[in-house]
Amino acid sequence: MSLKNLLENWSRYRRGHEQGGYHDYEHMWAMVIDLDKCIGCNACSVACYAENNLAVVGEERFARNQAMHWMRIERYWDEPDLERAGKLEHGEYQQYGASFLPMNCQQCNAATCEPVCPVAATYHTPDGLNAQVYNRCIGSRYCSNNCPYRLRFFNFWSYYETSWPKPLDMQLNPDLTVRDKGVMEKCTFCVQRIRAAKDKAAREGRKVRDGEFQTACQQTCPTTAIVFGDLLDPESQVSRMWRYYEVELGKTEQHKRHPERRGYRIMEELNTDPCILFLERVREV
Amino acid sequence: MQTKDINEQIAWAKINKDVLRSMENPRSGYWIAVGICVAMVLVAILAEIYQYNAGLGVGNLNWPHMWDLYIATFIFWIGMSHSGTLLSAILHIVHADWRKPIYRFAEAMTTFSLMTAALFPVLHLGRVWNMYWVLPYVSDRGLWPNFRSPLIWDAFAIFTYLTSSALFLYVGMIPDLAICRDNAHGWRRKLYTVLSLGWAGTDRQWRHFRKAYLLMACFLIPLAVSVHSIVSSDFAMSIMPGWHVTTFPPYFVAGALYSGCAAIITLFVLLRYFFRFEEYMTIPILEKTVKLTFAIAMVWSYLWIIEFLAAWYGGHKADVEILVSKFTGPYSPFFITMIFCGTVLPFTLAFERLRRHLPTMFVVSLLFNLGMWLERWMIVTPTLAQAYHPFAWNVMWPSVVQWAIVFGSFGWFGLLFLVFVKIFPSVSMYEVKEMVYHRRRHVVEELAVKYHRRAGDPQPVTDNPGT
Repeated sequence: MSLKNLLENWSRYRRGHEQGGYHDYEHMWAMVIDLDKCIGCNACSVACYAENNLAVVGEERFARNQAMHWMRIERYWDEPDLERAGKLEHGEYQQYGASFLPMNCQQCNAATCEPVCPVAATYHTPDGLNAQVYNRCIGSRYCSNNCPYRLRFFNFWSYYETSWPKPLDMQLNPDLTVRDKGVMEKCTFCVQRIRAAKDKAAREGRKVRDGEFQTACQQTCPTTAIVFGDLLDPESQVSRMWRYYEVELGKTEQHKRHPERRGYRIMEELNTDPCILFLERVREV
Repeated sequence: MQTKDINEQIAWAKINKDVLRSMENPRSGYWIAVGICVAMVLVAILAEIYQYNAGLGVGNLNWPHMWDLYIATFIFWIGMSHSGTLLSAILHIVHADWRKPIYRFAEAMTTFSLMTAALFPVLHLGRVWNMYWVLPYVSDRGLWPNFRSPLIWDAFAIFTYLTSSALFLYVGMIPDLAICRDNAHGWRRKLYTVLSLGWAGTDRQWRHFRKAYLLMACFLIPLAVSVHSIVSSDFAMSIMPGWHVTTFPPYFVAGALYSGCAAIITLFVLLRYFFRFEEYMTIPILEKTVKLTFAIAMVWSYLWIIEFLAAWYGGHKADVEILVSKFTGPYSPFFITMIFCGTVLPFTLAFERLRRHLPTMFVVSLLFNLGMWLERWMIVTPTLAQAYHPFAWNVMWPSVVQWAIVFGSFGWFGLLFLVFVKIFPSVSMYEVKEMVYHRRRHVVEELAVKYHRRAGDPQPVTDNPGT
């Protein structure tokens, strides 16, 4: 606690932020979710609950929209675009089944949640992750209000008190914490697995290999709809898919040479620069 | 019909006597009011203890309604604090001397509503006990708050405004405190002796006092504009449709002055009635305040119309959707009430007969503030209910815990104000005397001649038609 400390930290802080955060990323973790493969089974959501110690809030609180599902399957029954195009009568869509949209934190590179946090509890890591520091969070909830995807979840109660009655607490993942009331949380791309893989690679003196580890949702997906990897590694499956579908980071609009290729990012026109690429569902009609 | 702001024949001693009388011998009605306020505060404290222990879920907050009444009421109280500064600082600089009998309580209102407002960002936090983390203190870990966050700017703006408006209130009161000191006994005498800082009314003291007061007024004026602009950036700096609006800073400032002026009218009527201040808080002064309110109401209405037209013609889908849902969605009754109270009702102020009718002005000013409170709620909540991602569209109604804390804040404000009016003079004695003195110059012929009236000055009025 000295003037030197104050000045040094201040200038370091200033420099980091003038340039808009990190630029020399070590990794850029990203995902591809193929909606054509998604069958809406919710296995990814369940896997996420198990891996990340997500609180099970109970029916009543779930109905009050106080649930904590970092990974959620959104179900849409209507297809207004198809109706408008005259391909479907109103109400006819149901025979084609619902549309599913798995949504977890988009790990935006220009995340709208980051600049608004009063205590910088959410920030960008050199891994390209949008990190949430539970210990630093004071629960102002501004980040969630400023997330256009609404993918941040708040501990409205001390969920841990009722979520895992004995002996269910034995199932908790020891690699990460259980959150108390008053902090925000969200999908971390299973940062504990990333951490473990990076540590292992560092011990063995090599780089992290593509596919060396999986996120919990990817691991569980029965149809392999979810692909995860490092965008900075040009040979990773994720990079190859992003290249094939001609979607690039840092753009608010993708000018594709092959517009028929399905990839898109949700609400990229808001300049959030999300790291999840969705592959559009191919309809029979 | 009374046309003069103040009777220029009032004796100095009568002014002192009337104001000092208002600070003594509280009647039973006063204690009842204090009791009600204390009860409201106690209920709010119980609600807050419950919320503190159980978590914010007790307020029925949910995903995506992360903010609700707390933030809306926070903006409301911050807004209400702006008119005290308008009356005391801005009108001081422009030499509008009709403000003199009413600025003291308006400024107390400023300070107290800021003290009320400052509670809300604290108690809406998920982890209240860590609230000091938003302040840039030097920590061993080298951690700073995030200076890019509008919430941090809020913290700075509120603290600056609270400090300077409290100081301004106090400094402006020093000559009056000296009068109180000279007339008090017991603990009051001790209190006023300390607070009046040895004021003896010498020329030198007055000169310094004038200078200090003017400088503080100049310092406060930019704050009156900047504080609510910064509060508006909580919304304007976000990317949410319905919040991300360029006109929000002036819109918020206009709304702030509006609700503040309405509150001044309410308190004006109450003080005039209960403290028998008919000779100081006169109908012509009320009328001037009301005209000011009317002008501000029109500016505010213009700005919300601009905001909605911009959203409509901007054609951004999400913006338009929120705009339409404000008029037709689940919150539409409140929204339409807000438009009625905020924009339609002010037209009652266009009629002189109503402007001079105290009960009407009392009711109407309360309704203005109801409208302004609804306005803040209707800024915060519809956007949360219906933003970009349709899957997260949801309607939430606040629970009794939220309402208890919101009502408790009114009790807290009332309690502070009630304590104030019995300990400090709610009418500025020395400034009323100044006002009377200046009016006398214009009215009494010998004085007018004596003070070398310049060519072009209005001729002295010897007979007073209409009184």
